[in-house]
Amino acid sequence: MNAATLTVPAPRAASPLGLVLRAGVRDLARNRWLLAYGIALAGIAELLFVFGGAGQQVLLSLLNATLLLVPLVALVFGTMHVYASREFIELLLSQPLPRRAIFIGLYLGLTLPLAAAFVLGVGIPLLLHGTLSAAAPSALLALAVVGVLLTAIFAAMAMAIALGSDDRLKGMSLSLGAWFLFTIGYDGAVLAVVSMFGDWPLEKPLLLLMLGNPVDLARVLVLTGIDTAALLGYTGALFRRLFGGALGPSVALTALALWTVLPVSIARRRFLRRDF
Amino acid sequence: MIMLDSIRKAFGARPVLDGVSLALEPGRISALVGPNGSGKTTLIKCILGLARPDAGRLLLDGTPADADGTYRARIGYAPQAPHFPANLAVGEVFAMLRALRPGATADEALLEEFSLRAEWETPVGTLSGGWRQKVSLAAAWLFKPDVLILDEPTAGLDPIAAGLLKHAIRSARAEGRTVLITSHILSELEELADDVAFLTDGRLRFAGSVQALLAETGTRRLEPAIAALLRGLKVANGGAR
Repeated sequence: MNAATLTVPAPRAASPLGLVLRAGVRDLARNRWLLAYGIALAGIAELLFVFGGAGQQVLLSLLNATLLLVPLVALVFGTMHVYASREFIELLLSQPLPRRAIFIGLYLGLTLPLAAAFVLGVGIPLLLHGTLSAAAPSALLALAVVGVLLTAIFAAMAMAIALGSDDRLKGMSLSLGAWFLFTIGYDGAVLAVVSMFGDWPLEKPLLLLMLGNPVDLARVLVLTGIDTAALLGYTGALFRRLFGGALGPSVALTALALWTVLPVSIARRRFLRRDF
Repeated sequence: MIMLDSIRKAFGARPVLDGVSLALEPGRISALVGPNGSGKTTLIKCILGLARPDAGRLLLDGTPADADGTYRARIGYAPQAPHFPANLAVGEVFAMLRALRPGATADEALLEEFSLRAEWETPVGTLSGGWRQKVSLAAAWLFKPDVLILDEPTAGLDPIAAGLLKHAIRSARAEGRTVLITSHILSELEELADDVAFLTDGRLRFAGSVQALLAETGTRRLEPAIAALLRGLKVANGGAR
């Protein structure tokens, strides 16, 4: 970017949404934490290749790392980013732009760089090693889709949390709480229910419970692509038995897509109504 | 002309603006004064639609402000503590603002006077508070808005930049634009302001010309005049508080 950019007279017309998005992406593309995230993912993937052995094992370890790291980074980074962008949001709101467009621009401006960091961070080592893409192409695609969708879901959750409270400490605590709930707490609670009511026919309620956690759905979506029922966990194995074949992944994918809509609409509603 | 008609705003149970009606005239500089927490910034935010009033109307030349905020094209706003995306360069901030309003003619006079071109490639995050303030003020002036709303505009500016700003404010008045300023530095407002609106506890206690205020309080300077208004309030409240 140089001085000549501004002296060029009428800038080309673009939608406000696109402009807010572009500014957000440009800002985050130079963010050191985002870069660290991408490099950390690449480092994990590379280490797994070096020490992890055969292709499927690497994929499984990568999946587990994804399921823990992506929600954590999207929640913590997203919450911090919204608080840090507060004055920029006010600047945008004082321009002649509708709030709807600003919201979508801000949301995509957060989600797309995070998702790109994930895809590049995990993707580059995978491409360099090559073997895996031949071994399980569908599982690999599923991992990419899942990483992007989890980013979209938890970045929206972070926005909803940060827009809901001006207290940064409270916002960060809620974000970490949400991460704990969805990655660890939820499964623990399900397990507790199973062990308490082990004599009851729990299969269908459990399936419903699994639909309530995007991280579980993400795990199932990737694992149905590879042949390791033992690793699916209790709900996952059930899920595959009930929705075998092509139906399983499409049910999980639909549920994950619906899961994106929920936090986005909460965040949007808060953004449209709140005072800045 | 901007008309505020019985604006009410409460944060939770606490009323911040309690039925404020105020007219801001073109070609005049209006000073919005009041103690900390009196509702000045909230009033400005209600004009901009950053905060949504619970009741009341905002009229621009008699037309109610639209919900999509198109009316904000007529307003230039410099907030109290401006921040921009830390990793964007100064030039990129202006490029973005210009791209948001294709077709609008840009007025880069203040931008040039503040020598912002010298910092064109500097990431905004590394600028000092005073330089950020300059970026923010130049951005407020950028589209020759009919209305300028400046929240503590000289805070953090060096005397030279403050002088340039005052000159720009007077030129805006001469061009028939509406200017609203808040500041705690009453001597500075005294130099500039034609009208005064005095706000405490979310209520407008005085709105009128500076001369009228001085006449009413029997003082010759703004500072004792405001002090007299505050004293009057305390007496009226029976010394409570």
